[in-house]
Amino acid sequence: MSEDIKKIMFTVRKAPHGTIYVYEGLEVKLIMAAYDADISVVFMDDGVLALKQGQNTDELGIKGFEKTYGVFVDYEIENVFVDRQSMEDRGMTADDLLVIGEDEETEAPIKPKVVDSKEIAAMMAEQHNIMAF
Amino acid sequence: MKLAVCIYEGPYNHEASDSAYHFIKAVIDKGHEIRGIFFYHDGVYNVTKLMEPPQDDRHIANRWSELGATGIDIVVCIAAAKRRGIVDDVLVDNVRISGLGQLTMMAIEADRMVTFGD
Amino acid sequence: MKMLHTINKSPFQNSALESCMRFVASGDIILLLEDGVYAAMSGSSKSSVIEEAVKGGTEVFALSADLKARALTSLIDGVQITDYAGFVDLVEKHKIHSWL
Repeated sequence: MSEDIKKIMFTVRKAPHGTIYVYEGLEVKLIMAAYDADISVVFMDDGVLALKQGQNTDELGIKGFEKTYGVFVDYEIENVFVDRQSMEDRGMTADDLLVIGEDEETEAPIKPKVVDSKEIAAMMAEQHNIMAF
Repeated sequence: MKLAVCIYEGPYNHEASDSAYHFIKAVIDKGHEIRGIFFYHDGVYNVTKLMEPPQDDRHIANRWSELGATGIDIVVCIAAAKRRGIVDDVLVDNVRISGLGQLTMMAIEADRMVTFGD
Repeated sequence: MKMLHTINKSPFQNSALESCMRFVASGDIILLLEDGVYAAMSGSSKSSVIEEAVKGGTEVFALSADLKARALTSLIDGVQITDYAGFVDLVEKHKIHSWL
């Protein structure tokens, strides 16, 4: 039997730091990236707030994860999307988004791709499984 | 159909554990296969034998243990468990602690992954 | 494949249902469970969300155990009541996303 690569989507819909969901959800993504699966991550609703650059959790005494998001591309997590409406609803623009890696050749920073809800809905329909993380 | 179920919230505090249990019972009644049940986030508290609910209430940990006794693979995430003081010694029978690789395999191998949480 | 969107939050406290609606494609269905069933009540300030979904042709289901537990009897026209067995059948026919 041929092993076809399964498409797995993660949806991040919660704000960072107020609860542990985004942090522990990140651990799942990093593990799953090591397996043979076609992974995508979609940030929507309050999840887009986890992508704001310049997060500093020092005074909270917690680890934070902006640096870890910064190496997504190194982990081969390249299909990272942001829901445009969720971002605009929260007064964010693409400039506010943190960097998820850099282009191997040009070293240009790579940012999550801003897409419309219709595109996300279409991607959802193609997945093998979708995990709310 | 092969199903996997993920549970993210602790017992009693949130309805997630009850919803998941009733859903899984219905899945079994219909003759579908459960590929596995995975506890993550505070969900890891669902299967400690330290809980002692009042006599007239459901015993959530025992309920999961009984499902495990039927051969269903019930996995508690080791990273989430250790963080919360849940170790092998406090687990009910018929569940096991393992890594997120198990969740990954469930997501890949199950036809559907159904998540219950907050 | 068509999607099953599950909502478990009260629409009075949380915008999960309203944001989910932006991602509901034609032929997708919605299942309300846990506190999500409050969105199925008729005559509330949030009824319009499900009313419009039903009018737009989206099938909406509410989980009977959760309706009964919350004494919800007066539901928006067109909302279908299902049980856990029905929930399983919906999962079998659709891909699922839980709007936790």
